[in-house]
Amino acid sequence: MAGYIFRRVLQAIPVFFGTTFLIYFMVFAMPGDPIVALFGDKTPNPAVIEQLRQQYHLDQPFIVQYFLYIGGIFRGDFGTSFSGEPVTQILARTFPVTIRLAVLALIFQSVAGIAVGLVSGLRKGKLFDSSALVVSLILISLPIFVIAYVAQFVFGVQLGWARTTVGPGAPLQDLILPAIVLASVSFAQIVRLTRSSVIETSGLDFVRTAYSKGLSRKRIVPVHILRNSLIPVVTYLATDFGVLLVGATVTEGIFNVPGVGNTLYQAIIRGEGPTVVSFVTVMVLLYLVVNLVVDLLYGLLDPRIRLVK
Amino acid sequence: MKIRRIGIGALALAAASALVLTGCSTGGDTPSTSGSNTSIITANGSEPQNPLIPTNTNEVGGGKILDEIFAGLVYYDAKGAPVNDVAESIETDDAQNYTIKIKPGLKFTNGDPVDATSFVDAWQYGALLSNAQLSSYFFEDIEGFSYDADSPLTGLKVVDDTTFTVALTSPKSDFPLRLGYSAFYPLPKTAFEDMAAFGENPIGNGPYMLAGEGAWKHNEKIDLVVNPDYDGGRVPKNGGLSIVFYATQDAAYADLQGGNLDVLDAVPDSAYQTFESDLGDRAVNQAAAVFQSFTIPARLPHFDGEEGKLRRAAISMSINREEITKVIFEGTRTPASDFTSPVIDGWTDKLEGADVLAYNPDEAVKLWAQADAISPWSGTFQIAYNADGGHQGWVDAVSNSIKNTLGIDASGAPSPTFAEVRTAITDRSIQTAFRTGWQADYPGLFNFLGPIYATDAGSNDGDYSNPDFDALLAKGSSETDVDTANKDFQDAQEILLKDLPAIPLWYSNVTGGYGTDVSNVTFGWNSVPLFYEITKG
Repeated sequence: MAGYIFRRVLQAIPVFFGTTFLIYFMVFAMPGDPIVALFGDKTPNPAVIEQLRQQYHLDQPFIVQYFLYIGGIFRGDFGTSFSGEPVTQILARTFPVTIRLAVLALIFQSVAGIAVGLVSGLRKGKLFDSSALVVSLILISLPIFVIAYVAQFVFGVQLGWARTTVGPGAPLQDLILPAIVLASVSFAQIVRLTRSSVIETSGLDFVRTAYSKGLSRKRIVPVHILRNSLIPVVTYLATDFGVLLVGATVTEGIFNVPGVGNTLYQAIIRGEGPTVVSFVTVMVLLYLVVNLVVDLLYGLLDPRIRLVK
Repeated sequence: MKIRRIGIGALALAAASALVLTGCSTGGDTPSTSGSNTSIITANGSEPQNPLIPTNTNEVGGGKILDEIFAGLVYYDAKGAPVNDVAESIETDDAQNYTIKIKPGLKFTNGDPVDATSFVDAWQYGALLSNAQLSSYFFEDIEGFSYDADSPLTGLKVVDDTTFTVALTSPKSDFPLRLGYSAFYPLPKTAFEDMAAFGENPIGNGPYMLAGEGAWKHNEKIDLVVNPDYDGGRVPKNGGLSIVFYATQDAAYADLQGGNLDVLDAVPDSAYQTFESDLGDRAVNQAAAVFQSFTIPARLPHFDGEEGKLRRAAISMSINREEITKVIFEGTRTPASDFTSPVIDGWTDKLEGADVLAYNPDEAVKLWAQADAISPWSGTFQIAYNADGGHQGWVDAVSNSIKNTLGIDASGAPSPTFAEVRTAITDRSIQTAFRTGWQADYPGLFNFLGPIYATDAGSNDGDYSNPDFDALLAKGSSETDVDTANKDFQDAQEILLKDLPAIPLWYSNVTGGYGTDVSNVTFGWNSVPLFYEITKG
């Protein structure tokens, strides 16, 4: 087990260099000069542009810029944004917000999704199942910004049940509405996934054996059916958690959540190399960690899946 | 046995989630004091793109904050007229040499004196090339300024604690008017010890001040409280100001509707159609000091000389501005009748030749045919714009208007990003007409003309040059009487109307609104509400 984890961590090193290099290159290759754009519709004097380029190392060739950046990372210096704020501070400020939002969304979608999916699967073809099908189809086919705007308008503006946007400090109660919106699409996916998985498992021999042994339904459903149906759902949840962690740009924008997606989007617009690359690097590392945790979780759910050879 | 394993799994997941949740919320939560004082006004803003240093802020997000926490020599009233703030008097005989006296005994919020030195040092800092300040060009008219090397402003002299003199390289009659712009704010001595730290926690002398260290919560908001020592014409009638940063205007508008925001100065495009019925008499839609146009560089084939003049006039007359501002912008733009803005002193819609800005398809076709007689037209007329700025709608409408009237190929030429299109404009590699806009720095006619159309001027992206125009600008700049100067600037504009280096389109309105529990909301000439006048409750 420890050896396995160690090997996975070692694998992260080339991934780290590869992604930072690629992302840095892409930001570098973005057309247009971010310094010129700093001046809006006004045209700056060439001498002033030159000074600013030097300040941000933008006058150096790409490879020099990259190594200056990487060198900085190892000294704990992720660069500064155009507003003079160290990128490490931006990271420390935005990731907790997004993690909170992601965890909330994950809780909503897994609890509601698995419950609805299980009931649907057990009552295949009944009214509950058909209604769940209709609702999840609607949720899957609606673009998330539609759900977000409608939720914001109905619950925020009209009914006043929730704050229209996330207030300063992004407290949990403000994050509930965006988290539900964020969870809605995955909720529908999980319902479909759990349902089909439950139907499949219910028809398997060991379930029939369990029934004929005279075990109660109360015991068969959670232990025999649900547990064995969960593996695809857990895989989905885990990858989805990774997706949620790297920020939901659209939802964060609509609810003004000061999180990762929002901040990264603005940094891309401004062409702030250090901010963009640092964010993406941290995202990649997070994604690697989440994937590792998922692989370890498999073993826990199904002893037949062994990681250690 | 099996149950236990599930139990452990579920328990571990729940525990982990709880840990993450609590861990994060203790880190992110901050004690809130705004609940106790009900007269804090909340307003929309955007995260400043640069440190909050007056000479290094050239965009609205930071400018809005600086204007509240600093007091310059003058401030502008709602109509854009300059009123002395820190200045006692600003005097000149020749529009070139100025003597500025400031009120005695004023202090920054840290106790440093506001004296002649605090202005001179701040300006010297802002002008120095190696400091690479975004607004350094504001000092280019002061003697000693240089873009090529570090060079002190020799035109600035401190006479005594409350007096200093300014010598310009040439007469600039509107120089006193410029002094309300943020680049000319004073700086306390402490600023120069560590400018980076100062930019994070600026110390000013304005009506408001930061609510303590770290009041600037990046990407969230900045909290300002009343500066009790401020002694000028902008004493706040409320307890403070909380400027909340929004990533999108839609979020800000939703907050205004949801009662979380008191004052909004930017209605999103998506609400243009409905905001006036949503907000009723709390909606604001008035002309602002923003001029929109597209520039046709003279280096484009067919757009030089006599042929060029005819084609420019024809294109201008083939655009139905009335209809486009109504249909595309729902009346949130006002068709242009000159090159400046109606909120500026000296503006008039009676300029000779302004009829070239009216929709006149017959005349347009006639002029285009005359131009074809000089040299037949070929190719496509294109207007370049950045696709990330919501310009596509009107560019398509303008192109269609030109296409339908003149029967030529016309279309928009989108670039993905603002940076890309600005870079192509700046390095002159652009081979089409392009979108241009100008938001005034200070409320004067010259600000809309000099920096854009004077020969070799900084933002003269179309490389326009006309000696007669330059002469009229210089004449206006050397007048000491404002009205006489404005007359010269109007004459200068009549030349522009003949040459049309840029095709004026419309003035952007300021669109905004305010909540039910605030009153006395007036929007200033620069589209920003006069926060100090707002009362709540």
